[in-house]
Amino acid sequence: MPKQLTYQDITVGMEIPSLVKETSPRMSAEWAGASGDYDPIHYDKEYAIKRRFSSAVVNGRLKVAWLIQLMTNWIGDDGVLKKVGCQHRRTDIIGDPVTCKGVVVKKYIDNGEHLVDCEIWTENPRGEKTAPGTATVILPAK
Amino acid sequence: MADEVVITEEMRKAVGSLMNICITKIERSKINMFVQATGDANPLWQDEEYARKTGYRGTVVPPGYLVTMQMEGESPGFYMPYMLSLKGAIDAGGDWEFFKPVRPDDIIVVDRKFVNLYEKKGSLGTMLLNVFETTYRNQRGETVAKGRWTTIRVLAPEVKDYEGRKID
Repeated sequence: MPKQLTYQDITVGMEIPSLVKETSPRMSAEWAGASGDYDPIHYDKEYAIKRRFSSAVVNGRLKVAWLIQLMTNWIGDDGVLKKVGCQHRRTDIIGDPVTCKGVVVKKYIDNGEHLVDCEIWTENPRGEKTAPGTATVILPAK
Repeated sequence: MADEVVITEEMRKAVGSLMNICITKIERSKINMFVQATGDANPLWQDEEYARKTGYRGTVVPPGYLVTMQMEGESPGFYMPYMLSLKGAIDAGGDWEFFKPVRPDDIIVVDRKFVNLYEKKGSLGTMLLNVFETTYRNQRGETVAKGRWTTIRVLAPEVKDYEGRKID
């Protein structure tokens, strides 16, 4: 594991190391099994097209799980993910990579907790934010 | 095809209803499936020896796993019949808050409430937005997490499944 991130390491505007996820029908099938959401729009292209999507689309909850991984990878074992959320604004197509990104927008101490607010999002290969959101983490202080 | 969504009095009455409660023991095998599907190989989720040396003193359930848990369980159906003219639900996103670590083998009680309903005009036509809230409690009755998310229902062409049955 890399060196533990601390509150003192944080500056506003700092970028969170990106997380790139390749997507495939197999991955979609694995997610269906893991989550119990077997909606065919996530693995059946023809069905998805009938449903007005351009192709099979990445499950929104999987994108939430990836955004959470973006945060838990970054904050390390001694950081705590307090809040996370996003809005599904655009679909991501199975076959296109999804890149999870984030940037620090605020650091503050509240009720003895060293908190960091971040803007986070998933991005498609055209650089469009497909699921913009926010996260708040608690970091250890030196 | 009419493209107006009408929120009926019956639909309004469903706001505030408890949709379902599901009680789940968090199995390690399910965590393994989650890790495989997400590619999130953090040793805190699976490596007991590693996790024991951290502040958690043992493996914890990935927070993202809780986000999937609200998909489990059946709706009682007392409000769904009014939605049948609206084909297809789309996940519009949500927010989750985590209060305490969850451990493998914990028993988590998830209750899901239907908390709001409203109409909005958008790129898909008239949309009906359903807002849900989920509370996760452990076997000690502690609230470990909360979620609030929205689904969108729109009027869409009729679709059939593999066996030719109409899908609502």
